[in-house]
Amino acid sequence: MVTITYVEPDGTERTVDVAEGRSVMEGAVSNGIRGIVAECGGACSCATCHAYINAEWLDAVGPAEGDEADMIEFALDPRPNSRLTCQIEVHSGLEGLRLEIPAEQA
Amino acid sequence: MATQAQTIVILGAGQAGASVATRLRENGHVGRIVLIGDETDPPYQRPPLSKKYMTGEMECERLYLKPAEAYAAIGVELITGCRALAIDRVTQQVELTGHEVPLGYDQLVLTTGARPRALPEALVNGFDNILCFREMADANRLRALMAPGRRMLVLGGGYIGLETAAVARGQGLDVTIAEQGERILGRVACAETADHFRNLHQGNGVRILENTRLERFEGKDGVAERAIFADGRAIDIDLVVVGIGILPNQDLADAAGIDCDQGILVDEMCRTSDPRIHAAGDCARFPFQGQPTRLESVQNAIAQAEHLADSLTGRCVQGYAPVPWFWSDQYQCKLQIAGLSRGYTHIVQRSGGRPGAVSIWYFDDSGLIAVDAINDARAFMLAKRWLEQPRRPAQEMLGDPLWDPKTF
Repeated sequence: MVTITYVEPDGTERTVDVAEGRSVMEGAVSNGIRGIVAECGGACSCATCHAYINAEWLDAVGPAEGDEADMIEFALDPRPNSRLTCQIEVHSGLEGLRLEIPAEQA
Repeated sequence: MATQAQTIVILGAGQAGASVATRLRENGHVGRIVLIGDETDPPYQRPPLSKKYMTGEMECERLYLKPAEAYAAIGVELITGCRALAIDRVTQQVELTGHEVPLGYDQLVLTTGARPRALPEALVNGFDNILCFREMADANRLRALMAPGRRMLVLGGGYIGLETAAVARGQGLDVTIAEQGERILGRVACAETADHFRNLHQGNGVRILENTRLERFEGKDGVAERAIFADGRAIDIDLVVVGIGILPNQDLADAAGIDCDQGILVDEMCRTSDPRIHAAGDCARFPFQGQPTRLESVQNAIAQAEHLADSLTGRCVQGYAPVPWFWSDQYQCKLQIAGLSRGYTHIVQRSGGRPGAVSIWYFDDSGLIAVDAINDARAFMLAKRWLEQPRRPAQEMLGDPLWDPKTF
């Protein structure tokens, strides 16, 4: 398990354990984290699992590419540290990952 | 509106039912919430069944919306493998299989979903290698029958049929799609989008027969071995997948005297003709853009369910007015649809920024109403944004290849 801290839109911090191999989005949904809607369930089709990766984690997580980058470009309030969390696979190198969830999705 | 202590019973534990239950709790409802589903699994995502679940890339537990025990954790009583038999609106009770005592409700929510339209019994004729496709159990049966070299006939050239065909080709099956209408995607997309997907499938070795009506199957020992079409053509088959549309599950509501017409009729606040009974998702027909509308999509299952829950807990005053959206993955191709193209009068095609990216924009007299974005996520995201507001780009703009959407 990998420990991830999600900061919900109202500022509430939730630290949960997520299994390796799952996505950061799945970790949020299965733990009832607010603000990650994930309508398409991880198909990179809806941009409703958008989150901002904390600065110190940007290198480990890497940037959005291809379809994901295109979706983010026109999502609500995109930032340089934006990612769609369904496209980030959880692995041991992300132990302690911290990300913030925007107030609105899509 | 539900008062805090009321018991809310939800019939149907799909995406919509689960979303109602979760949202009610998030909104602070403290009364009893009972979520009842007839399948044995806890609420799960259906779309991957014809995509990544079928290919084995995604195991069963990953389809669950949340772990089964997470419902109890938020005080939702989840009862699976249980079917509602009748609604008594006078005593406000629901009769359930496996329960001697009927379950009482203060507010009843119907998220009963839809079921596949079946082939006439005379055609199926007892052959058990003819499958419909809706639930995880269907997907499991189909997976067990798919093996390289086997010959699959897909009846119906809609999205479910096309997705199943794509997965089957990926597994090395020999695939034929037969569509009795003039062309594939006839009910849901324009000819240009259909052309794109016909080419995609043919390029991947799928045989597509349009304007082709099935006459009968021939076979023995309960196994259909040959499909005979009305034009006299015949093909040898090992299995058949039927994807000819879905029907709303309205029988319970109908039998209880709730107004139904091609779906359970609701208003823009998800209320049925009985003020204590509400409906959302695939089963509900609601006023949208001036006409009764039933949407078959995850977007609607979630958003209408949340609207229902907000309405029940006094959180919303506005009527439900979504921007519908849909997606389909076939081979390496991603289709994203925003809006509803029904009643369109003209279309415009645009090339996207990346190789293979194309978007088809639908207009009626009021202006832009929908887009089919093929490998073009930017077009999809832009369209979704534009369709949320009254000011939308004109046909001349989108029809001009040099026009930059970013300037709008």
